[in-house]
Amino acid sequence: MSRYFTKDHEWIDVDGTAATVGVTDYAQSQLGDITFIELPAEGAVLGKGDSVSVVDSVKAASDVYAPVSGTVTAANGALVDQPELVNSDADGDGWLWKMDLSDAGELDGLMDEAAYKDFVGGL
Amino acid sequence: MNAVNASGWRPEMGEGSVESGIVTTTGNRGLQLEEALIFEIGSLAHCGVDFDEGDGEVLDGLPLRAAPVDLPGLSEPETVRHYTRLSRQNYAIDLGLFPLGSCTMKHNPRLDEKIARMPGFADVHPLQPVQTVQGALKVIDELAQWLITLTGMHGVAMTPKAGAHGELCGLLCIRAALEARGDPRAVILVPESAHGTNPATAAFAGYRVENIPATADGRVDLAALTARLGPDVAGVMITNPNTCGLFERDMKAIADAVHAAGGFVYCDGANFNAIVGRVRPGDLGVDAMHINLHKTFSTPHGGGGPGSGPVVLSEALAPFAPLPFTARQADGSIHLIEEENAGEDHPNSFGRMSAFHGQMGMFTRALAYILSHGADGLRQVSGDAVLNANYLLRSLEDVLDAPFGAAGPCMHEALFSDAGFAKGFSTLDLAKGLIDEGFHPMTVYFPLVVHGAMLVEPTETESKAGLDQFIAAMRSLAERARAGDPLLKSAPHLAPRRRLDETLAARKPKLVWPKLV
Repeated sequence: MSRYFTKDHEWIDVDGTAATVGVTDYAQSQLGDITFIELPAEGAVLGKGDSVSVVDSVKAASDVYAPVSGTVTAANGALVDQPELVNSDADGDGWLWKMDLSDAGELDGLMDEAAYKDFVGGL
Repeated sequence: MNAVNASGWRPEMGEGSVESGIVTTTGNRGLQLEEALIFEIGSLAHCGVDFDEGDGEVLDGLPLRAAPVDLPGLSEPETVRHYTRLSRQNYAIDLGLFPLGSCTMKHNPRLDEKIARMPGFADVHPLQPVQTVQGALKVIDELAQWLITLTGMHGVAMTPKAGAHGELCGLLCIRAALEARGDPRAVILVPESAHGTNPATAAFAGYRVENIPATADGRVDLAALTARLGPDVAGVMITNPNTCGLFERDMKAIADAVHAAGGFVYCDGANFNAIVGRVRPGDLGVDAMHINLHKTFSTPHGGGGPGSGPVVLSEALAPFAPLPFTARQADGSIHLIEEENAGEDHPNSFGRMSAFHGQMGMFTRALAYILSHGADGLRQVSGDAVLNANYLLRSLEDVLDAPFGAAGPCMHEALFSDAGFAKGFSTLDLAKGLIDEGFHPMTVYFPLVVHGAMLVEPTETESKAGLDQFIAAMRSLAERARAGDPLLKSAPHLAPRRRLDETLAARKPKLVWPKLV
């Protein structure tokens, strides 16, 4: 399984065509306390770059974009009652949705962990 | 009002200070009164009104309550005291500087208030025959002429009830104009420097919203915008001066490019107070622009209204303006154009934005403001607003990061970021500290293009002494944030309530008194 990152601070874990998407720890630290998360419906068809989910925090409402194209297979229902999971464990239990990739080639445009670290360091 | 009273006794001079640890039995502190919730002080057993018993007859079929509603009953003096006590915990423009950038809070001249309360304006009804309300209609018509003149536009829709309502009116005019030429388009472009309501309005009007990035100096990226124009773009919504407090210098070039591509230019005129009397948006190629009367023309604002957002329109869009509107007859009387008489002269109106003529009380105040200032006075309003904001910007930029400070003067508001604060200290801490200093905080965390944004608008009516006191407070707070003063982290300390748990309030809000659930 490998993890990729976007410039919009999403991460995506990929295992074959199955993937899990979340926002990075840097993103949650910038958003502040998260109060509500709008999740995509199972079966929703996503295009790369589509706005899929909205994360509300005490500071702002922010869009989360699809890192790659595909179909939503599950959303993290635990976030409905515990949006703070994204604050406490953005990389793990705070995942947002799972999806089935339609074009694995799109992963080529994303960053690996080292490149993302450099990217955040430059912000 | 602006300087500390140097001659009188002050709490820190001795016994009775907040720090003295004195605990009162009532919870009141001196004449600062604590107040319980209305549900806690009222009861079903009390009633402030002597109701008739009634004849006891119940009409057939009426649904009856199974149990009494547990609404609090209070006597009239209890009710008056309750709300007066609460109002004393409020902060208002009549108490001090209200630096809420992006939503101008400025002095409401008392002359305007006096005129708005005259019975001929305040006590008329919108359904009265027009012959009996000629004075009120003349106010609407004269204000409309002023707005057209000040903006250099062709027409104006007076009925929208607020800024965002005006935005919707402008976009519906654009939609109607495009449909009338058989060229419906799908996309509205909104730059990052625009007000947050702009994309919401475009989406509400049925358009797809696409963002246009800002340049490093906080303005619309003209090249990126031009590159995106095409036959699917209905128009662009630009806030000018923008929400970074900067004038969009390329406005004319943007408008020319949009027009060449067959689109329309909507300008968010909320910040018109920075340019009134100096710039006419019509000269910049704007097709539609709302004017927040409460901002530029100083009608009251706060508590959500009442707002008023007339929309000035170009020659291309004016035929689609919503009904009703006023028209002057040959004999000088004012006539109201409505559905029944729009006839052949105005067949293209897209409909109505509101049931009647618009926000009459605001019209009266705005016209009184315009006439009492005159053309030269309005020009001074924008000049002083910009001067005050630049005085603030230059007085604070050595202790607070001003991301666009080097790009030149700002307009009516100055933008700062949290760069340079000690680790763990944020814009929110500084804003809470401002409450201890006796000021309403500025707009925080907006615009989003700046990290930890603080948008400060002093307005033109603040004196230099008032600004200096605010600057002194801001400088001290900025230095505490840079030094990492732990007391700032837990501010406010002196307000009726300490720092509230905003996260818990957002995650688990209690919106109803428990007994009513």
